[in-house]
Amino acid sequence: MNNNNNLFSLSAKDIITQKTDPKSVIASLTERINKVEDKVKAFVRKPKINPAAKPSPKTNQPLWSIAVSIKDNICVEGQLTTCASKILSGFHPPYDAEVITRLKNAGAILWGKTNMDEFAFGSSCENSCYGPTSNPHNLDCVPGGSSGGSAAAVAADETIMSIGSDTGGSIRQPASFCGVVGLKPTYGRVSRYGLIAFASSLDQIGPLTKNVYDSALLLNTIAGYDHKDSTSADIKVPDFTKSLGEDIKNITIGLPEEYFTKGINREVKIAVDTAIELLKKKGAKFIPVKLPHTQYAVAVYYIIATAEASSNLARFDGVQYGYRKDTGQGLIPMYRATRGEGFGEEAKRRIILGTYVLSSGYYDAYYLRAQKVRTLIKKDFDDAFKTIDCILTPTSPTPAFKKGEKLKTPLAMYLSDIYTISANLAGIPAISIPCGFTKNNLPIGLQLIAKPFAEDTLFKIASAYEAETNWCKIKPKL
Amino acid sequence: MSYETVIGLEVHTQLNTKSKIFCGCSTEFGASANTQVCPVCLGLPGVLPVLNHKTLKHAVKTALALNCSIESFIKFDRKNYFYPDLPKNFQISQYDRPLSYKGHLTIKDKDKTKKIGITRVHLEEDAGKLIHEGDDAASSYVDFNRTGIPLLEIVSEPDMRSPGQAYLYLTTLKAILKYLDVSDCDMEKGSLRCDANISIRKKGDTKLGTKTELKNMNSFKGVKAALEFEVKRQIKLKEKGEKIMQQTLLWDEKKQKTVSMRTKEEAHDYRYFPEPDLVPFVLKQEEIDTIKNNLPELPEARLSRFMSEFKLSVYDGNILISDKYLADFFEECAKTYKQYKNLSNWIQGALSSELNNRKIQVKDLKLAPLELTKLLKIADEGKINNLTAKTVLTDMIHTGKSADTIIKEKNLAQISDSSALEEITDNVIKDNPKPVGDYKNGKENAIMFLMGQVMKQSKGKANPKMVIEILKERIKNA
Repeated sequence: MNNNNNLFSLSAKDIITQKTDPKSVIASLTERINKVEDKVKAFVRKPKINPAAKPSPKTNQPLWSIAVSIKDNICVEGQLTTCASKILSGFHPPYDAEVITRLKNAGAILWGKTNMDEFAFGSSCENSCYGPTSNPHNLDCVPGGSSGGSAAAVAADETIMSIGSDTGGSIRQPASFCGVVGLKPTYGRVSRYGLIAFASSLDQIGPLTKNVYDSALLLNTIAGYDHKDSTSADIKVPDFTKSLGEDIKNITIGLPEEYFTKGINREVKIAVDTAIELLKKKGAKFIPVKLPHTQYAVAVYYIIATAEASSNLARFDGVQYGYRKDTGQGLIPMYRATRGEGFGEEAKRRIILGTYVLSSGYYDAYYLRAQKVRTLIKKDFDDAFKTIDCILTPTSPTPAFKKGEKLKTPLAMYLSDIYTISANLAGIPAISIPCGFTKNNLPIGLQLIAKPFAEDTLFKIASAYEAETNWCKIKPKL
Repeated sequence: MSYETVIGLEVHTQLNTKSKIFCGCSTEFGASANTQVCPVCLGLPGVLPVLNHKTLKHAVKTALALNCSIESFIKFDRKNYFYPDLPKNFQISQYDRPLSYKGHLTIKDKDKTKKIGITRVHLEEDAGKLIHEGDDAASSYVDFNRTGIPLLEIVSEPDMRSPGQAYLYLTTLKAILKYLDVSDCDMEKGSLRCDANISIRKKGDTKLGTKTELKNMNSFKGVKAALEFEVKRQIKLKEKGEKIMQQTLLWDEKKQKTVSMRTKEEAHDYRYFPEPDLVPFVLKQEEIDTIKNNLPELPEARLSRFMSEFKLSVYDGNILISDKYLADFFEECAKTYKQYKNLSNWIQGALSSELNNRKIQVKDLKLAPLELTKLLKIADEGKINNLTAKTVLTDMIHTGKSADTIIKEKNLAQISDSSALEEITDNVIKDNPKPVGDYKNGKENAIMFLMGQVMKQSKGKANPKMVIEILKERIKNA
C-alpha cells in the first residue's frame, strides 16, 4: 500500500508498462488533488468521476483508464465549458469536441477541466474568471499561459496527462514554466472541432505531459483527419512512439541568430547552451540559420490573432447561451451590458484591437499587410528547412515570472511569447521540453521546431535529449 | 422636365439543396421552429463550417446560365454585424473574390430586347428568422431553421430604366432559376427576396443621381409598385428643388408607400476578412466545363425553338415557356399531337384554368400528356364536341380516368347518327316556327338559336357540324 501513495506521479508510460491498477491511480490522484489543489488551483473545478463507473473492459485501448485533464476551452458534452470566462457561465455543450471523442474511444478518463487565461488571451493564467493558477515550483509565480492550468496540473501530479491549446505559445510557454513537455502539433494535424476558437488560423490542440513518450502517445490518439474541420489535414498519422529512441547522428539542427540576441535571461541562455552541447555529443550537427522576418512576428501575430478573435467572440452576445445582462431597454443595451460585464479586461482589449484592424480604411494597412508578412515568416522557415531538420531555441526568454508582475503592462506580457509565436504563424510543429532549472528552482524550457508534419523529428531529438537528462523527474515540493 | 429612372436589383435566392450550406441539417420549408438545427448552424462555441459542395454546383450552374465569368479560386469571407437572427454575429459570404462576375440576362420588353448586366453572383448563408410578439414587439423569438440555408446573391448593374423593366428582369430571372432547378423562387416563402437601388437623373445626363435602397417587398408586383412610388417621390423632391438623401427605405405593402429605415451615416462597417475556418480551393476547369455542358435549355432558347418548331406566336410561346413544367408538358403532348396551335390553346385555356381552380402547379398534375392528346384527338374526330371535351378533361384530372372511359361511363359520345339527329331537329323546327321564319327571311343568325335548342335536347352530345347541315336542309325542304 505504501507504494500506492506515489501512484499519482506515474506517467502514462509507467502505468501502461507496469500495468498499474487504474482505480488505485485515480484514488491516488484524488488524494493528491485534495492535498495540493488549493495551492495550485490548476482546475476550474476539482475533477470527480462517478464512483459507480467501471473501467472499460477494453484493456487494450491505447489510453485505457489514463486520466487526461482538458483545458476549459474544449467542449465536453454536458460538462460546463467556459473558457474561464464569465460570459460563458452555465454553458454545457451538447456535443464533444473531436479530440474528446478520440480520447473516449481510446479509453481515457476525462479528468476535469483545467484553468486558463480567459479565451486563451494571456501568458500567465491570471486572466481567468476563476482566479489565477500558481506555478507548482513556486506558488508566487505564474504557471505561464494560456494553458497554465494544464501545465500546472501535470507538473503538480494532479493528473497523468493534459490537453491544452496553443495559438501563440499557449502550450509551450507554460510547459517551459512548469517543467513539463508541451507540444504544438502542425496546423491541421489535430481537429479543432469543439475547440472554442481564439484565432482560427493559429489555434492548435496539443498534449502536455510528464515526458516525451507520453506526448507521442497522446498525439497518436488525438491526431488525424476530421471531416468536420475543413482545415484538418488528410495526412496519414504514424505511430509517433516509434520515433523515440532513434539516434540523432544524421540530424542537423539550426540555431536562428535572431533568437539568441539581447533579452534572453542569462540562466536560460546557459541552460540552452548546455543542452546544445549535450546534443552535439549525441551526434547532432549544429549550424547557424537566418529567419530574417522574426522581428515582425509579434506585431503580425497581434494583428491577425486579434482580428480573428474579434469575429470569433462576436457570438457571445447573451442571446442563445451563457451570461446575459438584461437591462430591460431592448437589444443594443442588452448586448452592451452582457459583453461589458461578461468579458474580462484582456478580452475586451483584444476585441477592440481586432475590430480596429479590420475596420474599413485600416484593413489594408494592418490586416492585409500582416498577412503578407506572415507569408514571409513562413517562407523564412521553408528556406531554413532546406538545409536543416530542426530549429532549436529557448521556449521563453525568461523563466516563470511573479504573479501580477506583467498584468499592468500588456506589451511586456505579449513579449513573453516572442519565441513561440512564429511556429503558429508558419503552422509548423514545435515542442518544449525541460532543460534545466534556475538557481531559484524555476524550470527552463527548450524549444524544438520542425517542418510541417515532422512531429516525429521533434520526438526523436527530444527523446534523445531526455534520455541523457533528469529534468522531467524533478518534482515540485508541494 | 423629363427624367430618366435608373434601377439596379439585388436578388437573394435560396438554393434548393436538401441540406444546408455548412452542415447536414434539412432545408425543408415549414417545419416547427428550431427543429432543423445543429451545433454548427446554431453557431455554438467551437463548431466549424464544412462546405456542402452541392451548393457550389448550383451556384456555378446559375452563374453560367447568367453568362458570368467564373472565379475558379473559391474563397469565403466573414461579414461581421450584430443581429439576433445571426447566431455567430457574422455571416459567411463572399466579398472580394465572388464566385462569378460580369454576366447578363436578356429581357424582352414588348418587341425590343435589352441586355441587363449582372455585376456578380456569389454564395452565402442565410440568417434565421425573427418572430415578434405583439405590436410593439415586446418579446422577440428566433427561429434558426433558416440559418445556414444556402443563398445566392445576384446583383445587377443599374441597367433598368423603368419599374416595368425591373419587373421583367425579375420574371426572366425567376424563369431561368426554375429552368435550372436550383431554387423554388417563392417570394411568399422568402426563398426569393429582392432589394432595389433606384435613382433618377435628367434625360441626357450621364452622371448617376443619388440613389435610395428599397427593401421589404414581398412580391414582384410589390417591387414594381415600390419602384413606381419611389420614382414619383424622387421626382417630386427634385421639382421642389430639394435634395434626395441616400438612404434605405422600407416598402409598406399595406400603405403602398416607402418609409425611411436608415441613412448613409448609419451604414454598417462589415469588417470583411477571409473566413479562416474554410480553406480556399481551386475549382477545376473540367468541373466547370461539366456543369456548362449539362446546362438545360434556357427559356430564351426554348422560346425561339417553340416559335420555329411549333410555329407558335411570340405571345403563345412566352406563356408556355414562362413555366418550365408547362412547357415540358406541351412538348410531351406535341410528340403525339401535331395540331400545335390547338394544343397550345388547350394548355393555356382549359388546362390552365383547371390548375388555377385547384390551385396546383402543372408539375403536381396527375394527368399524363398522352391522355390529354387522346382526348384532343377524340374531339377532333368529332366523337365529342369541344364543350363536352372540357368537362371530360375536368373529370380526367379529378378521377385520373382516361378520356375513353369517362366518355363511355357517362355516355357522352356525340350523336353523329343522322336519323337520331333528324328526329331531334324536326321537333325543334316544329316547336320554333318564329326563328325558322326569321331564318327563311334571311336572318342567318337565327339558325344558331335553333342549333342551341338541338344541343339542349341532345344534352350537348349532338355533332354540331351535322346539326347545322341537317337544320339548313330541313328548313329549305320544309
